[in-house]
Amino acid sequence: MSGVWVYVENREGAISAISREALGAARQVADSLGQPLTALVFGQGVGPACAAAFDLGADAVIGADDATLAGGRVEAHGPLLAKLAQERQPAVILIGASTRGRDLAAWTGADLDTGVVAEAIEVKVDGGVVKATRPVYAGKLLCEAFVTGTPQIVTLRSRAFAQAAATGKTGAPEMVGAAVAEDAIPTKIIGFEGKGGKVSLTDAGKIVSGGRGVGGPEGFEPLRELADVLGAALGASRATVDAGWIPYEHQVGQTGKTVAPDLYIAAGISGAIQHQAGMRSSKVIVAINKDPDAPIFKLARYGIVGDLFKVIPALTAEFKKRLN
Amino acid sequence: MKVVVCVKQTPSTTATLSVKGGVVSWEDPGGKPNVVNPWDEYAIEEAIRFKENRGAAEAVALCLGDPSSDEALKTCLAMGCGEAILVSDPALLGSDTLGTARTLAAAINKIGDVQVALFGKQAIDGDTGHTPVQVARVLGWTPLTYVAAIQSVDGGSITVDRMTDDGKETVTAKLPVVISFVKEINEPRYPSFMGIRKASKAVIPTWTAGDIGVSAPAAKADWSNVYPIPPREGEIEMIAGDTPEEQARNLVNKLFEEKVI
Ligand SMILES: Cc1cc2nc3c(=O)[nH]c(=O)nc-3n(C[C@H](O)[C@H](O)[C@H](O)COP(=O)(O)OP(=O)(O)OC[C@H]3O[C@@H](n4cnc5c(N)ncnc54)[C@H](O)[C@@H]3O)c2cc1C
Repeated sequence: MSGVWVYVENREGAISAISREALGAARQVADSLGQPLTALVFGQGVGPACAAAFDLGADAVIGADDATLAGGRVEAHGPLLAKLAQERQPAVILIGASTRGRDLAAWTGADLDTGVVAEAIEVKVDGGVVKATRPVYAGKLLCEAFVTGTPQIVTLRSRAFAQAAATGKTGAPEMVGAAVAEDAIPTKIIGFEGKGGKVSLTDAGKIVSGGRGVGGPEGFEPLRELADVLGAALGASRATVDAGWIPYEHQVGQTGKTVAPDLYIAAGISGAIQHQAGMRSSKVIVAINKDPDAPIFKLARYGIVGDLFKVIPALTAEFKKRLN
Repeated sequence: MKVVVCVKQTPSTTATLSVKGGVVSWEDPGGKPNVVNPWDEYAIEEAIRFKENRGAAEAVALCLGDPSSDEALKTCLAMGCGEAILVSDPALLGSDTLGTARTLAAAINKIGDVQVALFGKQAIDGDTGHTPVQVARVLGWTPLTYVAAIQSVDGGSITVDRMTDDGKETVTAKLPVVISFVKEINEPRYPSFMGIRKASKAVIPTWTAGDIGVSAPAAKADWSNVYPIPPREGEIEMIAGDTPEEQARNLVNKLFEEKVI
């Protein structure tokens, strides 16, 4: 029972952001345990991603290159990860908590009859055990959780860990075959529509978010302009989504997206507890609200009491000036 | 064929939580501290539609929880599920997701004649989203997670749209399947007046671990150390300025100084 494994999501040769973060966190866990770090790179055309995994600090890479592994189906990736773990008995498996990573962690935990701790935002090693800090009750409380079975499977929340830095290290990956043949996989992917390069809320480093104070669908326009200047994603409170002012994909909060950007600008958002649950891990929160008693000011690092329709355009102009 | 919808009772979204001596408690300003996990409402709606539109013989709501969870099941009945079953046993308290999955899977087997088990994408207390896939593994069924649309169900196969972090994926699979839903799937109905009346009189059968043949699952995860989030209160700095332009300039200066930008 030794070694730290990290599962590495990759697409068209590139390692996804959440897995770069996982590599960063895994390197620290491996160093604290004094054990080697192995990256698992499954997919199709994984050569460049295997090389990148070495560069991002892996001591060893296990690669699997097969058509069945393209597209990330859990029915293909799950059996392979479980089989390798059964054969080689790692102590720890870390996986980024993307939609794919969550499914994979759950699958592998079930097949290996071990525990899974979900959505860590911090990890440390304590007497050989990985102790994870994770938000629970939709981010209203925290918890220190750990796995008592083996291996210890922990998923890592997006944007909670710094991405691994390039080390210049190179190496030869060990290539293995797929665990199941196409005939034995019960799901077929018959269509796929990518996000077309749009910054997704969960990946965004900056978010400009609007609440009921924007007054209507057109009230998001000044926010959109500020977001464009900052390269930020556009967020929204549930009230505005329910009112039909903006599509659900923009909703931040307990029944929307959980986000953790470096900068979260909340304009006309009162900061109901359900909204807070989705954004309170943001590093710097700026609140702009007419109501000085709005709960959002309790969370914010900077506050402006004022009319968002005056303050936001002024901010846009100021950022434009400073950023070019 | 019956369709099963698994629901969990959770604190309401408006509940405020506190921890004393490691014990979590909550209260709700609206006076309804416990609710059906909000994500499960979509699965309940879809289960009822399986009965209404896809020829399912019955929509059965299934919950593992303490005895108070029969409230959540009554909501399912009031919305339109025809049957509800509570699995409740002190021996099952503190199950981890795999223990929960084993219990739910055993209950699904006992219900019998099920080809489709429906779930919410995650519960807002444990917040893992792992239960549906693990139920699928225990049953040996195919998991279809984050489903935003059911395109078709026919001839023993199902086609769905999944919303993953990468985009929208259309997948076909053979039944039996376990599905977890995201919000885009439907608009859950409100319980009808008649439904509420009927549900309030319903006696919900309770199964114990012994009834479904599961032994107490030892949790292989420990989450007993729950604590409040250190407050951010007091950290705020109000940005001064006589005009919005001046406020904007002062704020932007701060953000550059802090290297946020
Ligand atoms: C604070 C806290 C932290 C926890 N941390 C962990 C952890 O890190 N690892 C771990 O293994 N367990 C953990 N648990 C235990 C876990 O919450 C339970 O096993 C739980 O019933 C299933 O997990 P979940 O709440 O994450 O639900 P999810 O997996 O997020 O729920 C998905 C769907 O499964 C269905 N479902 C879930 N639970 C039930 C149920 N009891 N009855 C019927 N349907 C259900 C619902 O349809 C739900 O929408 C934690 C519990 C708490 C209270």
